[in-house]
Amino acid sequence: MAKQLPKRDLENVGLGVTGACVALVTLVVAALIFMVAQKGLSAFIKDDVSVVEFFTGTKWDLANTAENGLPYTGALPLIVTSFAVMVLSTLIALPIAIGSAIFAVEIQPKFGSKVFQPLIELLTGIPSVVFGLIGFHVVVGFMKSVFHVSTGLGILPGAIVLAVMILPTMTTLSVDGLRAVPDSYRQGSLALGYTRWQTIWHVVLKSAMPSLMTAIILGMTRAFGETLAVRMVIGGIEAMPTSLLSPASTITTTLTTSMAVYAEGSAQDDVLWALGLLLLGMSLIFILIIHLIGRKGAKTRG
Amino acid sequence: MASTRIHIDEARLGRVQRQDRIATGVLTSIVAIVMLIVVSMVAYILFEDISTLFQPGFLTQPARANGTQGGVLYQLFDSFYLLLITLVISVPISLGGAVFLVEYAPDGPIRDIASTAIETLSSLPSIVVGMFGFLVFSVQLGWKYSIISGAVALTMFNIPILVRVIQQALEDVPQAQRDACLAMGLTRWEATLHILIPEAMPAIVTGIVLSAGRVFGEAAALLFTSGMSSPVRLNFLSFNLSSPTCAWNVFRPGESLAVHIYKIYGEGSPEAQQIVWGTAALLMICVLLFNVVARIVGKQLARKMTAE
Amino acid sequence: MLDQAYSRRQFLGLAGGLASIVGLGLVGCGGSNVANTAAEGSAAAAESVSGEVTYDGASSFQALVEAAAEKFMDANPDVSVSGSGNGSGKGLTAVAAGTVTIGNSDVFAETKLEADQVKNLVDHEVAVVGMGPVVSKNVTVDDLSLEQLKGIFSGQITNWKEVGGGDAKIVVLNRKAGSGTRATFEAAVFGDEAVDFKGDAELDKSGDVQTQMGSTDNAISYLDFSHFDDSKFNAIKVEGVEPKSTNVADDSFKIWATEHMYCAKDADEATKAFLEFMLSDDVQGKLVEEQGFIPVSAMKVVKDASGKVSAK
Repeated sequence: MAKQLPKRDLENVGLGVTGACVALVTLVVAALIFMVAQKGLSAFIKDDVSVVEFFTGTKWDLANTAENGLPYTGALPLIVTSFAVMVLSTLIALPIAIGSAIFAVEIQPKFGSKVFQPLIELLTGIPSVVFGLIGFHVVVGFMKSVFHVSTGLGILPGAIVLAVMILPTMTTLSVDGLRAVPDSYRQGSLALGYTRWQTIWHVVLKSAMPSLMTAIILGMTRAFGETLAVRMVIGGIEAMPTSLLSPASTITTTLTTSMAVYAEGSAQDDVLWALGLLLLGMSLIFILIIHLIGRKGAKTRG
Repeated sequence: MASTRIHIDEARLGRVQRQDRIATGVLTSIVAIVMLIVVSMVAYILFEDISTLFQPGFLTQPARANGTQGGVLYQLFDSFYLLLITLVISVPISLGGAVFLVEYAPDGPIRDIASTAIETLSSLPSIVVGMFGFLVFSVQLGWKYSIISGAVALTMFNIPILVRVIQQALEDVPQAQRDACLAMGLTRWEATLHILIPEAMPAIVTGIVLSAGRVFGEAAALLFTSGMSSPVRLNFLSFNLSSPTCAWNVFRPGESLAVHIYKIYGEGSPEAQQIVWGTAALLMICVLLFNVVARIVGKQLARKMTAE
Repeated sequence: MLDQAYSRRQFLGLAGGLASIVGLGLVGCGGSNVANTAAEGSAAAAESVSGEVTYDGASSFQALVEAAAEKFMDANPDVSVSGSGNGSGKGLTAVAAGTVTIGNSDVFAETKLEADQVKNLVDHEVAVVGMGPVVSKNVTVDDLSLEQLKGIFSGQITNWKEVGGGDAKIVVLNRKAGSGTRATFEAAVFGDEAVDFKGDAELDKSGDVQTQMGSTDNAISYLDFSHFDDSKFNAIKVEGVEPKSTNVADDSFKIWATEHMYCAKDADEATKAFLEFMLSDDVQGKLVEEQGFIPVSAMKVVKDASGKVSAK
């Protein structure tokens, strides 16, 4: 350390190094959005795939070509399946997540933080292929024996597997949300003669509503983007699902099996990127919703 | 009159209390169900075929016949190697990014843009990251299916997690520490390097190890980047980094344990099924180890530093 | 003091990390060149080649390629052969794009790629394989005509009793679009007609079909002969002809495909050497039949890219 840098230079080095890191990440994200958008939009611009057809057409078949020389690019079945799986899994996971969060915060806080939370965090760490594997053997088998369906693959098993997968995300965030409610609210309510349940229902849940909403949205984001676990139990039929037990294919599962099958730059490949763009757009919308909730929550509180 | 009023109140009280008891009962059973699911899942994976792990060759042999025979030696190695390279790239970047966000850019448009970018990255489906990685690294940069393509894709997946953890850790350092440093004439850079990062170190290390667990199990981002195969033969003693059989060559294809499961889960032969479940058990054990190690290391570091 | 040590290490770590990223980037740019020169160098020094062979494509004859690769690497320890079976379509696209050096396919490249892409590829016909319909164990039907298969796989025939079986809904298990097995089967059954019936599931690999067939009742699917497994499902006759290699050789069993291995025209030494090995007597003599395939030399007929069969 013979030569010490002048303080100001040192500060600039620090600013430069850390700033470069942030700039790099921002740049990569910008590049990602740009490239996915460019590839995705070229399906509509370069290959003349009809936007209306893409969002409302019900026939998705990249292997065959229609009369206009393009593959069948009606992505509505995929979009419908993606949303069906997402909504269904959220509906299954939501009461369980919020219920167990209430238990872990309000009813047995000690048990909640010592036993329940670590256990739930363990669930977060389980890789999605393992969820898929268990779904493929346990849930699909269950479907076969209960509903007497042929293969047992379909939307419902997909939603069940996803519900278990998003449960930890939703529970952990709900727990955090409930913990953040000041104790004085509870004490005030109890002092007014309300029971514990009335306090939870009318006071705690109400004031934790924005964080609970955020928990739900983040769970939905994960459900919408999950790929392999769903692929293993959904059957992979790219057609409009007729029931919860009919095999189907989500946007993500179609991407897994069809990506890189068609030559780069072909209409088929571009349409797949359009699906990728759709996924990207959805996750941006989810972020926007979370921001709006946060802002609204801040407004009502202060 | 008075007695009726008391009577009504008692009825209401009884109903309210019953409500309270029912609600508690319902919640307790929900929690019981959740815990049952978690415990039975972990038990199912670990005990379905844990004996496979001790079978001769499972951990010491490479896969044969497209993964339906042999062992998972290379997949195990590739998983750790992918993880190592991912951490080597993502830790410094995340550390720098988090320091910038916490110490240098407290408020303002730059911080907003950067936070939004990181948030976007964190909410992206991993398949989209995989597609982007395939296009940019595998095709355009010509890295093909390789460990390095996979590691860079995993980095994109890992950075938002790490930045958030490190940011949290730095923010938890008391403001008084910062004030004291600056008052003594240290620059912010010196304060960060010498005081804040060491202070936040236990939380940072815990966060890194926990994120490692998630990277370890990721598969969708790897399908199109590091590929779904590992070389049939690898030489662990060779350090000729351009040789395709050298295990340490980052430009060779590689396959993680999670990808391996996805590849062969549908194969019907009893031997293949045994390998699938054995691999799942192995993956679970590794992830559990990361969890345990994260807690232990975090505690140890914290104790060492507070003792000093 | 400890703080000091920590921070310095931290700084070194940070600097090292950044340096390694830059380093990796540089290696990335130069990587392929290094590998090439290394390959040339050792080829000159010794008879055995070195280099990296990667393949992707049809899962139907991947087992054959792997078995051959084992033998090839015994003779050439400096060559690494690796790959996966993600379907013929993926294999052809990947070899055309250069992400792998060999694309395995059940179908001619012409059927999946643009003409100018095919121009840069070299075809190697390594084996022939028959493909036939398979049904669940509980299905009593043991012979179907091409016309009946057409009805089933286009969704017009939906009950087993319509083709002489019991009264049960037919569960159709298809392979994914892009699968060469599916393309071959559909070409034989449907000819040029387009099919848009998808069935009850679309599966990724031949192994997945084996599993699902074993655990599903009233199902029908199709597999290449090497994936037949009597313990799980029954292979049935087509037009009264048994699904046997000898019946494929004289084209009396109509559903079969030639297995192609494509490489780029300017493929490296290792790839070329491996493909030569695939066509050599070492593989064609014994290995092909051992793995349940038919050597090209044993065929009495040939099929061209448009699917036309003619006597040799």
